[in-house]
Amino acid sequence: MFDLLLKIALLGVSLSMIGFLYRLIKGPSVPDRVVALDAMGINLIAIVALASIVMDTSAYLEAILLLGILSFIGTVAFAKFLEKGEIIENDRDR
Amino acid sequence: MSLLHWAVLSPFLLAIIVPFLYKLFRQIHTGWFVLILPVLLFTYFSRFISLTKQGEVITERATWIPSLGIHVDFYLDGLGLLFALLITGIGSLVILYSIFYLSKVKEKLNQFYVFLLLFMGAMLGVVLSDNLIVLYSFWEFTSLSSFLLIGYWNERERSRYGAQKSLLITVFGGLSLLGGIILLSIMGNTFSIRELISQSGELMDHPLFTPALLLVLLGAFTKSAQFPFHIWLPDAMEAPTPVSAYLHSATMVKAGIYLVARLSPVFAESGVWFWCVSIAGLITLFWGSFSAVKQTDLKGILAFSTISQLGLIMSLLGLGAAALHYDTLGENIYLAATVAAVFHLINHATFKGSLFMVAGIIDHETGTRDIRKLGGLMQLMPITFTVAVIGAFSMAGLPPFNGFLSKEMFLASMVNVLELDIFNMETWGVLFPVLAWVASVFTFIYSMIVVLKPFTGKLQLHLLEKKPHEAPIGMLISPIILATLVIVFGIFPNLLSSSIIKPAVASIQPNLVDSNFQVHIAFWHGFSPELWMTIGIIVIGIILYKTFPKWKRIYQWLPERFSLNALYDNGLNALERSASSVMKFLMTGSIRTYLLSIFLFFILSLGFALYWKDAFKLDTGNFAPIGLYEMVLAAIIVIGSISILFAKSRLTSIILLGAVGYTVSLFFVLFRAPDLALTQLVIETISVALFLLCFFHLPLLASRKEERMTFRLNNALISIGVGTIVTLIALSAHSNKLFDSISSYYLENAYKEAGGKNVVNVILVDFRGLDTMFEISVLSIAALGIFAMIKLRLTGRKDKS
Repeated sequence: MFDLLLKIALLGVSLSMIGFLYRLIKGPSVPDRVVALDAMGINLIAIVALASIVMDTSAYLEAILLLGILSFIGTVAFAKFLEKGEIIENDRDR
Repeated sequence: MSLLHWAVLSPFLLAIIVPFLYKLFRQIHTGWFVLILPVLLFTYFSRFISLTKQGEVITERATWIPSLGIHVDFYLDGLGLLFALLITGIGSLVILYSIFYLSKVKEKLNQFYVFLLLFMGAMLGVVLSDNLIVLYSFWEFTSLSSFLLIGYWNERERSRYGAQKSLLITVFGGLSLLGGIILLSIMGNTFSIRELISQSGELMDHPLFTPALLLVLLGAFTKSAQFPFHIWLPDAMEAPTPVSAYLHSATMVKAGIYLVARLSPVFAESGVWFWCVSIAGLITLFWGSFSAVKQTDLKGILAFSTISQLGLIMSLLGLGAAALHYDTLGENIYLAATVAAVFHLINHATFKGSLFMVAGIIDHETGTRDIRKLGGLMQLMPITFTVAVIGAFSMAGLPPFNGFLSKEMFLASMVNVLELDIFNMETWGVLFPVLAWVASVFTFIYSMIVVLKPFTGKLQLHLLEKKPHEAPIGMLISPIILATLVIVFGIFPNLLSSSIIKPAVASIQPNLVDSNFQVHIAFWHGFSPELWMTIGIIVIGIILYKTFPKWKRIYQWLPERFSLNALYDNGLNALERSASSVMKFLMTGSIRTYLLSIFLFFILSLGFALYWKDAFKLDTGNFAPIGLYEMVLAAIIVIGSISILFAKSRLTSIILLGAVGYTVSLFFVLFRAPDLALTQLVIETISVALFLLCFFHLPLLASRKEERMTFRLNNALISIGVGTIVTLIALSAHSNKLFDSISSYYLENAYKEAGGKNVVNVILVDFRGLDTMFEISVLSIAALGIFAMIKLRLTGRKDKS
């Protein structure tokens, strides 16, 4: 029963991934896409967590943490790029 | 290393010393130092005459590459000795002549004598080598030194052209000779000529026999300027005259003759050999003498005359091969052809050498070699005139000179051909004497032109650059010696017959010549057909010479653009042009095209291999079951990848690429690879950031408008093809798994042997740590490279910082 639930949950998250992917491809503006990517990252966290329950292992917990950090950093980088056109600012340019 | 080896090596050694002699003794003409060596060598070689006369041979061995069966084997028999004497004898005379011909002040004498000595040593090596590889090495050395000598006045364009042409043609022949040598060594399992001769009977039936024969003949024909490879010889006349006299009349062009004579015992049984050698010789004989008549340059006439005489010798060698089929004949009349060939070889070297020297003297004393400007030099240069008369009459075949005897023997052999009843000779044999006779008439005409045009008639002083006068005595010594030899050999031909000619014939026809064989050259042999032919030649020749201006026109029938020279020039141009157009077609400079070719080749070669080997196999037995979420993830990747192709802006492409990368990491999670998933996540993030960086720095040009990728059908086809091929190969590879994986070893031993529970990491740093080390170096190189590329701007503008 629990196994079935897990699979349903995985399927649901995967389908939502497709939804985000649709937004990612279609997204009229770049911020739409970046948000879609960020949400996909969080979706990935969910999938990894569910998958590690299905596989009955704790080997992926680092991956979950890493995903969280990375999707944050990635979103911030994109945001900064969209705002200022540059990710790492050069002090001397100021 | 025997004395014979040192004798061949000595010109090379002296060539090393010559530049020092030239620098040290500026007052003395360098040629005097050089002259000593060939004279010494000549006396050394003439000591062997008494040995070879008794049929003895000298063999000496020095090891070179014993593991490959290549030894510097020298083998001195009648034929080798004849050539060695020619090379050293005429070499001495030519060097003596060159001392007076070349100015001490103006010319680069050090180069000249170095090249000449290189040539002399190489030529001695060619005629004395028993090992075919050694022979080939010396053979190429003669081509090279001839190239250097023809281009001696390298500031002249014609010299460079002639040198290049002769090098291209003779090296082409040399390479085919090498092919023939290798085929011979495959057949006989040896490089030694004597061993090949001893097994000549078995070689005949070998399938490689005819290719080897043709390749060797190609080498011999190009070197000896046989039709149609004769075109380099007239252009080689740009060399200094001593070089023309030495290389292009007496020695180098006879290397091909030597090769044919030397390998006759191996090949001559075959009908192909008989036909090739005799027909090529006859055509060369006719074409050379026919073309010589129209030349206006003295050396040009002599060049074509050399071609024609070489053809004569070659055709005689071919006819001599017929003797092998009549070994039961009591009196073997075809053997006489070989005797005539050897005799004419000697005669030609003497009279052609003297004629070239005469041409050189005329050039030197009047400033021109054009027979239209020359005339009436008889009173001014009586000695030169005498030498020229002797040489030219001998060349024409008049008594009492040696050319008469060999021409008679030649005509006799050609008449004997009529009695041949092998190789369809009954029908075609009549061609031989007719061609030979016509060629002899032309020979007579150009011989008369050579001697009569410059020396008789009106003296046209205003056309000459210098005031003509008799040459210095030093310049005349060599031609006088040669002319004396012409007369001596003409009146006493039997001086040569048993001492030199017989041993040489014995080397060419080893199975036929026994102790009973006697060479007898008689001056008077009755009213034979050949005598009437000679009389006919003289009569018709005189008539044609007198009426020459009237029938000159026939030479205009063959326009210049259909000549072999034009063929060579156009061929060379066409080759260059087509090569460069192929280059331009293939090497467009656009990476897109190269990728197209690479991928096309990939598809075609792998697809063909799959089809040809019938390698595609699909075995669903070992497939794992496919889960639903795997399908969903795969769908995400596929949709993402396809949308990258159709994305309108680059930023969308980058984001989509990141999404695909993250999904791949999810696959790693699903397929239980936590380390890979971690690394993939981090790397994907970094590379997306890098892509953004690149994207930001793209120049904002009008032409770089953000556009959707344009669609090209062939690109689409090729990319689909690559994908299909890779998929097919992956499926068949998976279905063809033959062995179990070795991974169970790692799983069992990771903790036991290496003390780690993470098998991936244990493999990376312990079992297969070396790979990791070099991956680390790859990363450091990449980092350093990026740093260097950013910081180091040698050509660029001044940096702001």
